Amino acid sequence: MKNNNIILYAAILIFGVLAPFMLPAFKVQLSILCILIVLALTWNIQGGEMGYNSFGNILFYGLGMYICASVQVGMFFPLSEWTESGGEKTFVHSPTQFFQGMAFGLLAAAIIPTMVAGLIGYAILGLRGHYFAICTFGLGVAAGEISGGIEIIGAGQGFTTPPFPETGNLESRGQFFYFLSFLVLVLTFVAVKSVYSTRFKLVLNAIRDNEDKAEAMGIQTMKYKIIGWMISAFFCGLAGGIMGGLVGYIDSTDVAFDGREMGVFMVLMAILGGKGTLWGPVIGATLFHLFKEGFWTYFLGWQYVALGVLIVVIVIYFPEGLMGWLREKYPERFGEVVDEADRKAQVELK
Amino acid sequence: MDLLIFQVPILMVQASLDGILLGILFALIAYGMALQWGVMNIINIAQGDLVILGGYIAYFMYLSGIHPALGVIVAPVIMYFVGVGLYKLVINKVVDRDLFISILATFGISILFMQLMNFAFGADVVLANSEFGTTMLFNNSVTLPNSKLFSAIISIIFAIGLVVYMKKSKLGRAIRATAQNARAAKILGVDTEKVYAATFGINAALCGVAGALVAITFTIHPYMGLPYTIRSFMIVIIAGLGNLPGVAVSGMGLGVFEEFADYILGTEFRIGSVFLLLVLILVYRRFKLSKKREYLK
Repeated sequence: MKNNNIILYAAILIFGVLAPFMLPAFKVQLSILCILIVLALTWNIQGGEMGYNSFGNILFYGLGMYICASVQVGMFFPLSEWTESGGEKTFVHSPTQFFQGMAFGLLAAAIIPTMVAGLIGYAILGLRGHYFAICTFGLGVAAGEISGGIEIIGAGQGFTTPPFPETGNLESRGQFFYFLSFLVLVLTFVAVKSVYSTRFKLVLNAIRDNEDKAEAMGIQTMKYKIIGWMISAFFCGLAGGIMGGLVGYIDSTDVAFDGREMGVFMVLMAILGGKGTLWGPVIGATLFHLFKEGFWTYFLGWQYVALGVLIVVIVIYFPEGLMGWLREKYPERFGEVVDEADRKAQVELK
Repeated sequence: MDLLIFQVPILMVQASLDGILLGILFALIAYGMALQWGVMNIINIAQGDLVILGGYIAYFMYLSGIHPALGVIVAPVIMYFVGVGLYKLVINKVVDRDLFISILATFGISILFMQLMNFAFGADVVLANSEFGTTMLFNNSVTLPNSKLFSAIISIIFAIGLVVYMKKSKLGRAIRATAQNARAAKILGVDTEKVYAATFGINAALCGVAGALVAITFTIHPYMGLPYTIRSFMIVIIAGLGNLPGVAVSGMGLGVFEEFADYILGTEFRIGSVFLLLVLILVYRRFKLSKKREYLK
C-alpha cells in the first residue's frame, strides 16, 4: 500500500512537471485547474473537516488578488496613477521588477488574508450552521461591492495587473504561471496532507460532529476553528494572487470577489468529490473543470443555467460526493473494518 | 463621504420617508421568508429572484398596455403556481435535510432563475411606469412619488390579509400546526406535504406582489434579486421568527438605514453597506447570545 502511494505521487509529480511541454496548448487551463484544486482543498479544511460551510472564502481569494497586484505595482510605481490611466502603457516593469514584485506580492497576498481571517475569526466563527453560511456569504458580497467603490484599486473600471515582461519566448508567460500554480498546488497538498495526519484534524472532526461535546471534553474549539480558517485563508490568498496575474485584469465583482463563480465553484468542487476527504476535492475539482470547460466552450451563454442545474442535482442526489459513494461501496479500501455477517444481513434486509 | 444630508436637514425627512415606504415593502418579502423558514426550516436564497420574477410579470402587463398596478393581483396568482412547482421539483427533496443542503440547493435555483430571466427578458434595467404622479410636501422640498405610497398601502393590505388568513382559515391553522410540530401535525391528520407546498406557494405569491410593487416603484433587472434575499433574511433575524410587528419595524428601520447610507456613503456603497450590516448584525447577535451562554455556565 505504502509503495503504491509513492508511485502514485511520483507519477502525478512527473506528469505535473512535464504537462506544459506535453500539452502546450492547455497551459492556461492546467494552471486554472491547479488553482481550482487549491481552492477546493482549502475550502474542504473548514467546510468538510470542520463542518463550517463557508460561502465567504472568496473574500481571501479576492483580497489576495488585489493585494498581490497592488504590491507588484506599488513597489515601483504610484498605484493611483497606474489604475487611473490603465498604467501598463506608461509604466513598464523590467523583468527583475516584475519577478521581485510578484514574489513580494504573493508573500503579502498569503499573509494579509491570513491575518484578516485571524482577526475576524473570533467574531464570525462563533456563529453556527446557517447563520455562519449566510454571514460569510454576506462578507464575500460586501467585499466585492465595497472594493468596487474604492478608487485607488480601480473601482468599477478594474485594475490591470502588470503584464508579463517581454522575454522573446512566447511560451514563457504560460510556463511561468503554470509552474507557479503547480508549485502552490503541491505546497497546499503537502501542507493539507500533513495537517490531516495530526491531532489537529481529529479536533476539527470533533468540532464537526458535535461542537458542544468537543468543548466539554476540554478542547478549546475556538482556537482550532480560527487556526483552521487561517490555513484556508493562507492558501486561498496565494491562489488569488496567482490567478490575478494569470487573468491579467482584476474586476471587483467579476474576477476577484466573484461569489457567483469561484465562490460557488469551490464549494461545489469539494462536494462533488466528497467533502471531508483528502482526495475528494482534488478529484472533484478535476471533474468539475473538465465539465465546466466543455460547457463553457460548447454551450456559451447557457453556462450559468447548466451551473444552476448542476448545483441542484449534485446537492440533492449526490451530497456525499464521489468519495462518499465509493466509500459506501468499498468500505474496505478506506480502512474501515467490515463485519461480513453484518453486511450480509443488511443485504438480506434490502 | 458626503455630508450634504447634515447641512440640509430637509433631506433627512426625505430619506426617512423614502426609507419607511421602502421598508414596508421589504417587510412584506421578509414576512414570506419568515413564514417558510418557520414552517419548513428552509432559507430560500432564491427569494429575491422570485421577487424579480414577479416584477417582470407586472412589467409585461405594462408592455402589453394593461396598467401595471393590476400586477399585484395577477403576479401572486402566477407566482403561487411557480412556487408550488418549485416545491414539487426541488424543495420537497431538501426539506428534511441538512440546512446547508437547502441553502446550496436554493442558491442553485437562484443562479438558474437569474440566468433564465436574463435570457428571456434581456439584461436591461426596466421599470413599469404606473403614471401615478408625484406629491410635493413641505413647500415642494420633499417629493413623494404616489407609486411608493401605493406600494406601501398594498403591502400593508396583503400582510394584514395574510395574518387574518393564517389565523382563521383551515389551511392557515394547518400551516401553524405544522410549524409548531410537523410530526404531531402529521399524526393528527394534517397532510404536511400539502402544507409545505402551500407554504412555499404562499411565500412565492407574496414575493410576486412585492415584485410587482418593486417594478412599479423602482427598477428591476435579472441580477438584482440577491440583495432582496439578504434584506429579508436580515429583517427576519433582527425581528426573530414569528414576530410579525418586529418584522414590520425592522423592515422600516432597514429601509431608513439604506436611504441614509445612500446619502452619506454614496450610491455605489449602498448594496455593500446592506451586506456589511448583515455581517455586523450577525456578529452582534453572536456576542449577545454567547453572553447568555456564559450566564448559564
